Amino acid sequence: MKLLQLPPAELRRQLAGAGVWLRTGPFSLKVQSRIPSVAEDLAKLYGQFEVRSVHEAFADFHVSINPPANLRRWLWPRVNFSFDGLKPFKPLPLEQAYTMLEQGLSWCVSAHAHQYLMVHAAGVEKNGRAAILVAPPGCGKSTLVAGLVLSGWRLLSDELSLIDRKTGWIHPLPRPVCLKNESIALIRAVSPDAFLNRTSRDTAKGAVAFLRPPKESVRRQHEPAQPGWIIFPKWVADGEPQLLPRSKQQSFQFLTQHAFNYSHLGAEAFRVCTDLIQQADCYDFQYSRLDQSVAAFDHLAASAVTSKAGN
Amino acid sequence: MRAPAELVSLVFRNPGAIQRFSLGDWDRLVRQARQADLLARLYGRLQQDGLNATIPAVARWHFEVATALAESQKVEIRRELKQLRELLKGIDVPLVVLTGTAYVAADLLAASGRLIDDIDLLVPQERIDEVGSALELADWHAVDLPEYDQRYYRRWRHDAPSLQHLRRATVINVHHAILPDTARFRPDAAWLRSRATEVPGFPGVAVLSTEDRILHVATLLLHDDGLLHGLRTLSDLDLLLRQAATESDFWSQLLARAEKMDLSRTLFYALRYALHFFGTPVPDEVRDHLASAAPSMATLKLMDGIYTRMLAPNHHSCMDALTPLARHAAYVRTHWLRRPPRLLIPHLFHKAFISPYRREPKPA
Repeated sequence: MKLLQLPPAELRRQLAGAGVWLRTGPFSLKVQSRIPSVAEDLAKLYGQFEVRSVHEAFADFHVSINPPANLRRWLWPRVNFSFDGLKPFKPLPLEQAYTMLEQGLSWCVSAHAHQYLMVHAAGVEKNGRAAILVAPPGCGKSTLVAGLVLSGWRLLSDELSLIDRKTGWIHPLPRPVCLKNESIALIRAVSPDAFLNRTSRDTAKGAVAFLRPPKESVRRQHEPAQPGWIIFPKWVADGEPQLLPRSKQQSFQFLTQHAFNYSHLGAEAFRVCTDLIQQADCYDFQYSRLDQSVAAFDHLAASAVTSKAGN
Repeated sequence: MRAPAELVSLVFRNPGAIQRFSLGDWDRLVRQARQADLLARLYGRLQQDGLNATIPAVARWHFEVATALAESQKVEIRRELKQLRELLKGIDVPLVVLTGTAYVAADLLAASGRLIDDIDLLVPQERIDEVGSALELADWHAVDLPEYDQRYYRRWRHDAPSLQHLRRATVINVHHAILPDTARFRPDAAWLRSRATEVPGFPGVAVLSTEDRILHVATLLLHDDGLLHGLRTLSDLDLLLRQAATESDFWSQLLARAEKMDLSRTLFYALRYALHFFGTPVPDEVRDHLASAAPSMATLKLMDGIYTRMLAPNHHSCMDALTPLARHAAYVRTHWLRRPPRLLIPHLFHKAFISPYRREPKPA
């Protein structure tokens, strides 16, 4: 059953009670919250994801997002994220409840899922090949991902690429895409039909809104993708999109710096990263306009198909 | 004595019980074991009995990941110890390690599935500043602490504030005793150090003698106000005892040491709770001998009520209505034993009413 098939009252009841059981990529979650806006956002953003009965017994991560039980909540409403009783973050204003839940879920994965090599990178796929987008914050990575997945690319992940340590393939975790500041209006303008939740302002990252993952990406969330390209995007104010080959050595270094659990996995991480770099083409990508970038990526995906057919 | 629905120690006592586990039981077991930091050790225990294939596929990765982490930590700890050994050699201070670090260094049974939070060193009190400076030169820096806590450490604690390496995440705690200067029971640290022995196969690294190591864990269980992982510490004790019991004359030496260090009652409680949670085998003579160190029936009942709750995993599925009170009582008790009232009252006042408004966890 999909989350959107749950009647809103039932969703609110489950969420406020034992929690809603939800599957995102390889992980099962139990999310509990008494906050009505969290129920609304979950229904809108996770509508296509699988839910099960409240009696579903096992979940990987039990999380909750609720106001702390103290008197201050009447004056200055705040929320706490809790991972099974553990509170890894300090409370945030109530308006940021949903944003905090998303951050908390990412934390749960990055702090525990060491069965994968986890890279702080986005992933999109087309024609059977995945592009891993690695960039520091502020390079327009999420904007580019949003643009691509709204133009037919499959969303693998917005910020956490899970690399299978045996096969080197990417396991999708197609949770909502986190858009920041100017990119919120930009995506609303280029895709008026896309659903974005209400913007929460003054978060640590500025204004934040989440884009609903495409239905098709969620439907295929258990289908891993073979890495094709590692791309280092950078937004610039003007100019044509430029896709320039990048040295594998440099790319390797950058990749390891962005792997959350690189030191943790030791020699194994080195091996997985080496394999990944060897099977993927590495590019620097400069862009200023979203439509041009999508065209450049489509071109890349098409050339991969022809070269495959030519072989 | 019972802890409600506590599954972790149940599985340690009787691993075969998992064959009747529902998925709901697995859900609770994983959550409780994660809270207790015992996922890896539990997995090891199940492997030992050839039961790991019984773990349902959905739950397995939680155990495997924790086990891999524990293994990679051991390699890291050994590497750190080699560096520390060279560093301390330079200032001619012997390297004596405690708790988890010691189990790993000496490759004891208690190292199995043990995650290490910090490296614990024991150095002579008069050398503690020197050791601190040497560590600082090697990029180990004090973790940011509020001014009150820093002052408190310098003045009253038995260890220096934790030091964290600038690039690696490792944390070191430098101790000069195993209990604070202010504690009512205070084992002589110089004596402990003099009985420390070099680890065979790891020259330059020493660990406490078997009996001292066990008494140290017992004091941690019953006197440490910051005990985060009660059940894990108790499981350490269980494994240390099981391994030591194979040495001849161990029990009589343990009893003699406990008496000498004024820790017989502490040992009495520690063995009692090890038996309760882990079924640790303790010979009848030892129990009879320690009976003389037992408190009154009323005190014992109260202590059982407190410690069977306090040592259970800090997870809501194994708490009852009295658990919060029991945890609070244990906290106050350890403070009471560690500090005379003229220190305790202002300290608790500061922790209750001033610190919470000064110190917050790291931002999201």
